[in-house]
Amino acid sequence: MRNIGKEYYGVRVLKNVSIRLKKGQILALLGENGAGKSTLMNILFGMGVIHDTGGFEGEIIFEGKEVKIAKPSDASELGIGMVHQEFMLIDGYEIAENIRLNREISQGNILSRIFGKKLELLDRRAMRMEARKTLDSLGLEALDETVEVENISVGYKQFVEIARELNKKNIKLVVLDEPTAVLTEGEAKQFLDSVRAFSRQGISFIFISHRLEEAIEYADTAAVLRNGELVAQCSMEGMTAEKLSEMMIGRTVELIKREERQESAKTGGILFSIRDLHVAMPGERVKGVDLDIREGEILGIGGLAGHGKVGIANGIMGMYPASGTVLYRGEPLHMEDTLGTLKKKIMFVSEDRRGVGLNLEASIELNTVIAALRVNQEYLRKFAGIRFYDHRAAAAYTAKMIKEIDIRCTSGSQPCKRLSGGNQQKVSIAKALAMDPEVLFISEPTRGIDIGAKKLILSYLVKLNRERHMTIIMTSSELAELRSVCDRIAIVTEGKVAGILGPDEEEYKFGLLMSSSIQKKTGEGENDEEDKTPV
Amino acid sequence: MKKIKRLYEAIGFSRLIIIIFLAILVLLTFALGLDSAGITSDVLVRIGLNSFFVLAMLPMVECGIGLNFALPLGILCGQFAGVLTVEWGLTGIGGILAACLLGSALSAAVGFFYGKLLNHLRGSEMMVGTYINFSIVSLMCIGWMLFPFFSDSRIKWAMGNGVRSTITLDGFYDKVLNDFLAFQIGNVTIPTGLFLAFGLGCLALWGFQKSKTGIMMKVSGMNPMFGKSIGINNDRMRIMGTVLSTMCGAVGIVIYAQGIGMYQLYTAPRNMAFPAIAAILVGGATLKRANIWHVIIGLTLYQAILTIAPVVSAQLIDDGSSLSEIARVIICNGVILYALTKIDGRKV
Repeated sequence: MRNIGKEYYGVRVLKNVSIRLKKGQILALLGENGAGKSTLMNILFGMGVIHDTGGFEGEIIFEGKEVKIAKPSDASELGIGMVHQEFMLIDGYEIAENIRLNREISQGNILSRIFGKKLELLDRRAMRMEARKTLDSLGLEALDETVEVENISVGYKQFVEIARELNKKNIKLVVLDEPTAVLTEGEAKQFLDSVRAFSRQGISFIFISHRLEEAIEYADTAAVLRNGELVAQCSMEGMTAEKLSEMMIGRTVELIKREERQESAKTGGILFSIRDLHVAMPGERVKGVDLDIREGEILGIGGLAGHGKVGIANGIMGMYPASGTVLYRGEPLHMEDTLGTLKKKIMFVSEDRRGVGLNLEASIELNTVIAALRVNQEYLRKFAGIRFYDHRAAAAYTAKMIKEIDIRCTSGSQPCKRLSGGNQQKVSIAKALAMDPEVLFISEPTRGIDIGAKKLILSYLVKLNRERHMTIIMTSSELAELRSVCDRIAIVTEGKVAGILGPDEEEYKFGLLMSSSIQKKTGEGENDEEDKTPV
Repeated sequence: MKKIKRLYEAIGFSRLIIIIFLAILVLLTFALGLDSAGITSDVLVRIGLNSFFVLAMLPMVECGIGLNFALPLGILCGQFAGVLTVEWGLTGIGGILAACLLGSALSAAVGFFYGKLLNHLRGSEMMVGTYINFSIVSLMCIGWMLFPFFSDSRIKWAMGNGVRSTITLDGFYDKVLNDFLAFQIGNVTIPTGLFLAFGLGCLALWGFQKSKTGIMMKVSGMNPMFGKSIGINNDRMRIMGTVLSTMCGAVGIVIYAQGIGMYQLYTAPRNMAFPAIAAILVGGATLKRANIWHVIIGLTLYQAILTIAPVVSAQLIDDGSSLSEIARVIICNGVILYALTKIDGRKV
């Protein structure tokens, strides 16, 4: 067997890290946010950031030879591919075009023979067939390769990203940066199964993940980083999630523990009564949801990505056009009137915290108080009849929240874009709480954030529910998370509520509710068609 | 070394060039033995005269639209109000105040419709603004010929119809603000009234930024989706920003006109938006971010160059004044072009 070894020695965020990976193996790269995982991978891939900031130390040995990777195209030539955390797809292009991007298959014609290769025409059929083959090998028979990327759900986009890498002929190593963060559990499993199948064919993978369970299940070895240093590279055999997280965080942590149930949630009166809700949110359409929400409960909304679970909260808060009736405390709620809804002390923490939930350019302080300032006229003081921003009150409240939910920052005036994902999420929550809401819609509260912050946010939500008697509607792709904090869990499939289960129901029942529709979907294949119509 | 690098990053490439150019000009004035006190007085007056045009860019950037290429909308309103005050024979500070108030009221209405239009044309506001600028100035050329409001012989042509191309303010409020409480330091004249007006304008806008509406406008401009999620009506904020900007334009032309002693009508306002845009960009503003300091720094640098360059070049070269005019156009349009290529602005 031919050994492929790679070694890195870096400084600054990385200190003397060396990892090695054999051909056809899967390496799980683990570590808290900011441990240096992405930096390490950027070095491997020759990303511009590395060289703009003074390069790196150490060497990379690929297939027994020392190689210089100065730019991403060098890495591509060597057969190293990368799937980034953020999607790098062109929305208006169809899937096949995205997969073959920059490696288009072209046909010669008269003009091209005279004027050169640039004038060759695309051979779309060959491109589609190529793309089809790769998609099929990923188990995506249902996905039409001619659909434009902007019309497919987040989960499918992730598949397209990896299909692009795997479609390359000379591919030897693929780096996956949190590939499953945006996938639901079912999709993640499908995804990782196909990754494993590819690794059997001799392609190596490095994958970065926050989900320890899947790392244990799928990876051959694990490399754990902490504060830029390699804690250990070890075999996955006999490894437990507890052991791994201990290595990551450096102290023993318990994984998210199931909270005690509360009885009152079962007896609370009906707060929201949602009938026949339709929401035109692209990629997350809601097509007729009926749902009752009880006062004082934590209701979980789960389901696969792209099936509309995220659309419910967005529709009710007026972020996307919605129809249907929503009764709040027996009175109809006007969904398009966001301000009116907010005034009823119904607040929303968006799943898109960088785009909608926060104003990244603005300071933590402004982000925290702005909603309360807008809706409740707080943090203002009158001077000559005009209401001015009350910096002192705002700063005081922000300081209090920074302490209470442990936002790691230099001060309240730090702009939000300088914060890590977990801390940004905490600011989003602080923003919602400043309004002192009675009802809180919170979507994907733990997406892409590390275990420490995840645990804190979830237990804080439970605390809000118990102590302030806040009704919380939490939408999440992670079933385990929903099961650990919710009183009831509604599973949304194909834009409708497929069923409501208690958190202690067995896992397969949830799976059934989610997957029953997948089979249906493969048969019909009309869902994609419908999503194509522009909003 | 690091300190120098940080300083350079804070100043930015384009501002550095302008500063170096200005420094060379200043050195040359001394080397050539020019009347530096007179030049300084000129620079101060020009800063004051152009101040409100540059201030007008601020609310427009703040609410997320970008730079106001249709500033002449406000300027025309101000001119119309100003010529009316001349027709009514108002003089002194009272005349200026009346012209400002009337101009503001008119431009508020005009700005409202301009804002509505821009809300329908999201994404190409600056291009639309440029075309509105050119077309409205031409339209007003017809207007000046046909308006029935004016009868004074100092306003109307001696024969035929229409208003004169320049309305002199001699005997009305010529240089009233320039001379208000003006005093001398050495040979340099400080136009106190002008700076008081500029200061008031800055203070008012600064206060607005700190008010509830101002904060909401800023938030909505930075991230409209975020604004929507907390119940801010983004369209209304954009209209408000446009109205404020247009009003600044109206006040600006009244102050400008009293300083140069006349209203220049017809096609004169056509190119008035560009120096103001260039000035705020020289000050370090981008299409997404601007603050009062960008206005003050930019105005000072830009007007200083414009004032000093012709004097110096006239001394150095024969027919230097036309050369300086060419330099002025290159600087003004070059700066705008440079800023537009960096549409996301400098990373902060």
